[in-house]
Amino acid sequence: MSAKVAEYPALWIAGAACSGCSVSLLNAINPSIQNVLIDPVLPGKHVSLRFHATVMAGQGEPVIKVLKETAKGKPKEYILIIDGSIPTAEDGLFCRLGEFEGEEVTMKDMAAELSKDALAVLAVGTCAAFGGIPSGAPNPTGALSVMEFFKTEGIHTPLINIPGCPPHPDWMTGTIAQILLNGIPGTDDLDEKLRPKAFFGALIHENCPRRAYFDAGQFAKNPSDPGCLYEIGCKGPYTYADCPTRQWNNGVNWCIGAGAQCIGCVEPDFQDKYAPMFKKIDEQGLEKFKIKTR
Amino acid sequence: MKMATKITIDPITRIEGHMKIEATVDNGMVKDAKCAGTLFRGFEIILRGRDPRDAQRITQRVCGVCPAIHGTAAALNLDSAFEIADKVPDNGRILRNLVLGSNYLQSHILHFYHLAALDFVDVASVAEYKGDDQELNALKDFIVRGELAPFVPRYEGDYRFDVSTNQLLTKHYLTALEMRRLAHEMLSLFGGKMPHNASVVPGGITERPTVDKISGFFWRLNRIRKFIDDAYIPDVIAVAQAYPDNWKIGEGPGNFLSYGAFDLDGKSSDYATRKRLFLQGAVEQMSSFKVLDTDKITESVKHSWYTGDDAVHPSVGETLPNARKNGGYSWIRSPRYEGKVYEVGPLARWVVSYFGGQPEVKEAIDSLMKTAGIELKWMNSVLGRHAARALDAKLVADSMAKWVLELKTGEPVCAAFEIPDVAEGMGIVDGPRGALGHWISIKEKKIERYQLVVPTTWNGSPKDEKDQPGPMEQALLGTPVQDVKNPYELVRIARSFDPCLACSVHTVNIKGTKLGAMRVV
Repeated sequence: MSAKVAEYPALWIAGAACSGCSVSLLNAINPSIQNVLIDPVLPGKHVSLRFHATVMAGQGEPVIKVLKETAKGKPKEYILIIDGSIPTAEDGLFCRLGEFEGEEVTMKDMAAELSKDALAVLAVGTCAAFGGIPSGAPNPTGALSVMEFFKTEGIHTPLINIPGCPPHPDWMTGTIAQILLNGIPGTDDLDEKLRPKAFFGALIHENCPRRAYFDAGQFAKNPSDPGCLYEIGCKGPYTYADCPTRQWNNGVNWCIGAGAQCIGCVEPDFQDKYAPMFKKIDEQGLEKFKIKTR
Repeated sequence: MKMATKITIDPITRIEGHMKIEATVDNGMVKDAKCAGTLFRGFEIILRGRDPRDAQRITQRVCGVCPAIHGTAAALNLDSAFEIADKVPDNGRILRNLVLGSNYLQSHILHFYHLAALDFVDVASVAEYKGDDQELNALKDFIVRGELAPFVPRYEGDYRFDVSTNQLLTKHYLTALEMRRLAHEMLSLFGGKMPHNASVVPGGITERPTVDKISGFFWRLNRIRKFIDDAYIPDVIAVAQAYPDNWKIGEGPGNFLSYGAFDLDGKSSDYATRKRLFLQGAVEQMSSFKVLDTDKITESVKHSWYTGDDAVHPSVGETLPNARKNGGYSWIRSPRYEGKVYEVGPLARWVVSYFGGQPEVKEAIDSLMKTAGIELKWMNSVLGRHAARALDAKLVADSMAKWVLELKTGEPVCAAFEIPDVAEGMGIVDGPRGALGHWISIKEKKIERYQLVVPTTWNGSPKDEKDQPGPMEQALLGTPVQDVKNPYELVRIARSFDPCLACSVHTVNIKGTKLGAMRVV
């Protein structure tokens, strides 16, 4: 038997979400999802995932009780992971997580209750980090990012944003490893949008294998064409993520590699200000980032 | 006399999204059942006024488990609105099939092993494991350490396998994690990334087939085919042998609807009749095959948290949320076909193709009935749904092994198009969980309205304007419940449908079931 293993409790709750972040986490390679759930993910340290609605064996009130008991019994010891934005209109009735003692529990109330006493909160995916798809105009459910929600509720728990639609599994497991190795990331490790610089430190455009086409002015007219996709709406010059070097799904491909424009899915302005997804962004925007366009 | 007990299971876990079940149990039997979706996001509202092409990207984000089917339905919908439904090149058609098929495999393997199996397989048996398998020993160490989340708490009381079978199936649970990941790799080869692929677009696809991608896809697929043959199908049979009473619970309405899936010929622009691997059609009461008529689809909102008309066609339906509506109990609407309650999903797809005379489907079902010693009507059950899903995975995987070799390197993948000022479109196709329809109206080159009717909207629907319960509600009615504190029968029935709540309420998510709190009524 191995030496004593310390348990790091974690709770994962989903608001206005699609489960894509969780499914992306299942695609983790090293560590694999088995390593994350079962093994000490670092020597002597095991993440005990006490609540995750898609994977857990239990159901009903007993699992809602797990949430409440962890918050009460392990204050400042557990990591709270949130995917999906938090619908706040209609007193939160647009998203209910379950029932407890005969009362419906909304995402809005549960997110507030669990966030207050967490060691740290990881906002996983663009919906949790920046509002994402559900908060798109006209935001019919009053969906807020965790960051905005913390402001309205006066919550000051350390927050880390891991955006992406979905986030790359390495971004999630890497951030968890960072916490277990070095503690909660400080301001040096995060950008002004609270994203780990390790993954979100450079523009897609800087490392894009099609960058030479851009510099030479060779632009694709249709998505499946060779050439730079900028003229048909690629948001790579606006988007901070390491997709071009990291690649997706065991490194087999990525959006631009498949001949498709980057739609800027890790950015706060994804979907509204970056829309339409297949139209060129304006040149003034590029100047803001001091990028030469020709 | 024993009083009736109301069981609330909220959340229902190990499904996609937010769902709740309420059941009233009287004399040991379910007398009343309600299924509710408990999340609403409002996709149809968010889509209004946007560039029509963005719908293909945005609707994929309805569901992270089955994004490829929304991507496909949206692309078909836009193809039809842009009048290029018959112009998609063969490479584009085949690559879209491979993207969709890979998502089928991912979804079915994930469903059986990671969502449903924990209702039948006792992972705790691994504590007694004495062999030298590294993964099982890692799991044994985990159990010995004693922090058993997320495998506890759980319903106790009905685990029937012996220790070694439990250990074998648990090993397959772990191998299946690798297999579903591999299915995403296959998809990503042609889709760019997954979840939420980047390459499917109106007109076809953006990725070009190359020999390395073709062979890389083929050999990943072969590993998954071997797993389906050696583990998935035998394991479903093992569950059927150990839990034969599950052929007799979960009987749905007995009406089945399928839009068909996997275009075998792109020359017809009529999705209701074009040649597909699985057939478009409807079967009422396990009898005769009926040709699909999409005009017969309607949606009602009487018991949903929406304001609007009942029994209207999705091309004119509106999404006006009303979170406190009297008599409402779900964010899911109630779609019906010919005003009747229809089930969708792998079972429906297989029943429709069986009665429609699809030869591979007919042969597989006939063989299953012989092997399992069951009659056709028993397919309308918990085990029938699992069996149909496993056969579905096998036929799709075997078909993809042929299709991938039909790709032609260097030939076009995508057709050109112009966005029309004014247009209407419809995209219908079966996804892993069943019939999915997207409808669009375009005005001034922008989305005027967009409507989705998704599989779990059919299966998880509440009562309609005639108070007919939805398919899952009907499947729960009459179920014997051994122990109201551990109503494992009810969650097995719910999970057999593979509910996807994020989808079901294009805007709404279903809430999970809460089982623990019993209130005597």
